[in-house]
Amino acid sequence: MSRRAEHALLLEQRNYRRRRLHDAAFLLPVLAVLLFLLPLMGFRAEDGSEGVVSTRAAGIYFFAAWALLVLAAGVLSVRLVRGGGDERPAGGGDGG
Amino acid sequence: MVGFDTLVVVCIVYVAFLFIIAFAAERHAQGGHAGWLRSPVIYTLSLSIYCTAWTFYGAVGYAARSGLEFLTIYLGPTIVFVGWWWFLRKMVRVGRMQRITSVADLISSRYGKSNLLAVIVTLLAVVGTTPYIALQLQSVTLSFDVFAAPAAEAWAPRDRTSTAFWVAVGLALFTVLFGTRSLDANEQHHGVVTAIAVEAVVKLVALLAVGVFVVWGVAGGPGAVLDRIDESAIAQWQGTGGRWVPLIFLSGAAVICLPRMFQVTVVENSDERHLATASWAFPLYLLLMSLFVVPIAVIGLAVQPPDANPDLFVLTLPLAFERETLALLAFLGGFSSATSMVIVAAIALSTMVSNHIVMPLWLRMREGTATVSGDVRNVALTARRLSIGGVLALGYTYYSFTSGSEALAAIGLISFVGVTQALPALVGGLFWRGATRRGAAAGLIAGFALWLYTLFLPSFGGSWLLPATILADGPFSIHWLRPQALFGIGGDDPLIHAMGWSLGVNTALFVVVSLLSFPSPLERLQGAQFVNVFQHSTGPGGWIGGSAAAEDLLIMSQRLLGAPEAQALFQAAAHRQGKEGNLPDPTREFIDLLERELSGSVGAATAHAMVGQITGGVSVSVEDLLAVADETAQIMEYSAQLEAKSKELAETAAQLRTANAMLTQLSVQKDAFLSQISHELRTPMSSIRAFSEILRDTRGLSQEEFQRFSSIIHDESLRLTRLLDDLLDLSVLENGQVTLHPEEGNLADLLDRAVSAVVPEPRDSRLKIRREPVLEDVPLYTDCDRLRQVFINLIGNALKYCDAAEPELRIKVRVNGTRVAVEFKDNGSGIPEGQQSLIFEKFARLSDHSAAGSAGLGLAICREIMRNLGGSISYMPGPGGARFRVSLPRRVAQAA
Repeated sequence: MSRRAEHALLLEQRNYRRRRLHDAAFLLPVLAVLLFLLPLMGFRAEDGSEGVVSTRAAGIYFFAAWALLVLAAGVLSVRLVRGGGDERPAGGGDGG
Repeated sequence: MVGFDTLVVVCIVYVAFLFIIAFAAERHAQGGHAGWLRSPVIYTLSLSIYCTAWTFYGAVGYAARSGLEFLTIYLGPTIVFVGWWWFLRKMVRVGRMQRITSVADLISSRYGKSNLLAVIVTLLAVVGTTPYIALQLQSVTLSFDVFAAPAAEAWAPRDRTSTAFWVAVGLALFTVLFGTRSLDANEQHHGVVTAIAVEAVVKLVALLAVGVFVVWGVAGGPGAVLDRIDESAIAQWQGTGGRWVPLIFLSGAAVICLPRMFQVTVVENSDERHLATASWAFPLYLLLMSLFVVPIAVIGLAVQPPDANPDLFVLTLPLAFERETLALLAFLGGFSSATSMVIVAAIALSTMVSNHIVMPLWLRMREGTATVSGDVRNVALTARRLSIGGVLALGYTYYSFTSGSEALAAIGLISFVGVTQALPALVGGLFWRGATRRGAAAGLIAGFALWLYTLFLPSFGGSWLLPATILADGPFSIHWLRPQALFGIGGDDPLIHAMGWSLGVNTALFVVVSLLSFPSPLERLQGAQFVNVFQHSTGPGGWIGGSAAAEDLLIMSQRLLGAPEAQALFQAAAHRQGKEGNLPDPTREFIDLLERELSGSVGAATAHAMVGQITGGVSVSVEDLLAVADETAQIMEYSAQLEAKSKELAETAAQLRTANAMLTQLSVQKDAFLSQISHELRTPMSSIRAFSEILRDTRGLSQEEFQRFSSIIHDESLRLTRLLDDLLDLSVLENGQVTLHPEEGNLADLLDRAVSAVVPEPRDSRLKIRREPVLEDVPLYTDCDRLRQVFINLIGNALKYCDAAEPELRIKVRVNGTRVAVEFKDNGSGIPEGQQSLIFEKFARLSDHSAAGSAGLGLAICREIMRNLGGSISYMPGPGGARFRVSLPRRVAQAA
């Protein structure tokens, strides 16, 4: 394979990675909504009464979910900035 | 015990500290090196004005009353920021590209620069933010009271409203000083933003410190805290209540629509990449701010007396455990939260009020009178300052009216619902090209009105603005119009009721009216620009500070001004900045200068757009484009004129070249003609001379010889005379000096006489002439003698040159309307193709048939005769002998 073709393939892969990163960025808030609305469906207090939630359990759950989201958003944002969040077609990059 | 006076001193020192920071940052930024002032950290910290005193004090109170529900206020913004790729990124990009200065500006720009919409949104923002500012005043006042309470026994009870008043005045002063120092085109305030970032750190540290103290100092570790949560009054929580989802939605919407959040998120944004950092760092900040809220609330509920205000646990808990320094830190945290919110809100609101209400009014009043730009600038600054004062006065008034009675959380939520009315127009405008101005106006007005009626006015608790009877029974006792239960659909929650009705009707009207109305062209253009902002703009790159921008500017200027001029300009600027041999910093002065220079070559609007692209990363608005198009049209017209001129020149040059070529050709022809003439004259002359010499010098010539020689001399002189006659004839014909003698005649008669002139005895002649007598009977009115001359010449040529064994000439006549054509065709070999074009030229004898006694002027004369008779003679190429066609009008036009 010529160097040129290899270069093109690499760029294609970078492009592909970037698209998937964008997908992830679009999906993250959906995950956030799901995580934060979950208590509506399932959490029950220990006595099992309808619609009542234990503050302790729910609190731990929410802060854990929150931290998870922060982490995911952090990883994603670093990659988006480094990979170029730009929507222009590839070609401006260093070709690495 | 920290006294009231100490507290005042601490506040003043703290404000002075902020003042110095803001001042230093401003100076730093003015030097052209924004540097760390423009870092993602500062950006994220400035976003923390979302956490106002409402968060600092109110969240604990909220948790003490409703358990985990307080989280909704922070989960909404978390979803919005984690989902920045969906919405915030677009809003920030649009804001930067269109040089947006506020929410009102964004909505007005999107819907075709509608000032009506801007005014509505501004009013909405002012009315919506007023309770919020009141809330901050209330929290500061309450916190002062906490410290002052023990001293109250010694002094007279302090007047709460006077504290609020002085706080409002102080904040107004600070905001005026830093919010209106300059009228920057992009409305960025480095000093204020930096001071706010510092305040963000102070409040986070303060709340964390109180939290850590409560968890480890009072409760004895995280495990113990969890146990105490289980034992507390808020151990159980109505998680599936109807408020959870609406409140998350509400807070998410508010973080987008709140004027102060828009100010820091969009207007103060200098680089889109900062948003990427904020997407995780801001949720993290919110998480940290919320982390200790429940523990503080639980411990507060357990430790404090039952009648204690849970909104103040953050302060009263450290005080209860005699931790005065911690309490003071907490106080400063609360003070920071309140002041930063009020400052930014006042800046954002004053920008809107002065840009969309005061300035348009002032300009309308001044219409017709001449205005100078400096004039407008001063008016704008004054308008800003007055607006800031006005906004704070409103907040103070609201505070006085509600007399600080409401719980902090309730006031905050009223504000949220108010400003959220802008959401449908905002989101619709960014994602839906079909959204129209009418739709947005209808939705906004309806939502605003419903919010006022169902939530804002009732919040005064039955004052004269909305009497209690209306609240209970509806206006004019119309039951289904009760503010808190429209159409009887009320439920027990006025907030959710108001939010549902106002946002629901708002959105529905927005969509339906948009679908039914038709947008103006500018609106459609702006709509496309907004919705497809990522196709219309380049990458996120922000402020390219320092040399990068200067280099780009130099490259661009070289293209426009020429390399030496541009370099000289840059060198001079660098010299002025004291940066000898370097590129100058892109300071404001330098960029203004450059813009002026460039506008000389490309026009002002184009220059502004080009420089803006490089330095600010801003793109071009529709007005810019129109201006640029205008300039381009002028330039194009100019160059079109140039092109026409040069085309004209080229045509003239081509004509001149042709004329020159003709002249050269004529000169060559003349030379050839002269040499031919001399040759033709010389031949007979030399034989005349030779024979006359013989006659003179030779003696004893016989009579016979004498006869022969003198007849040769005679013949040659005749030939000379004929030649000279012909030449004379030709010259006369060519110059058009010939006088025609038209007369009535008949073609047959003419031909008869011509034939008999050439062939006097047809029977003896070797040339057979075939004619068509019936067709020849054509009456003519022309110069018959001249025409006969042509015929004689043609018949004579056939006789002389036809090389067939039995020469034969056919004469055909064709009448074609007013013209008649006579064709002479022999059965010889004809004229070779290459020489056909020469036969009508003078002295064009094809072969050396000089013996035939012709100088080769015959056909040239024929051509001239025919031209003078208004006809033509041409050689018809084709097989089977020479064929000439003579064509002429049956009646010659009388020469003028």
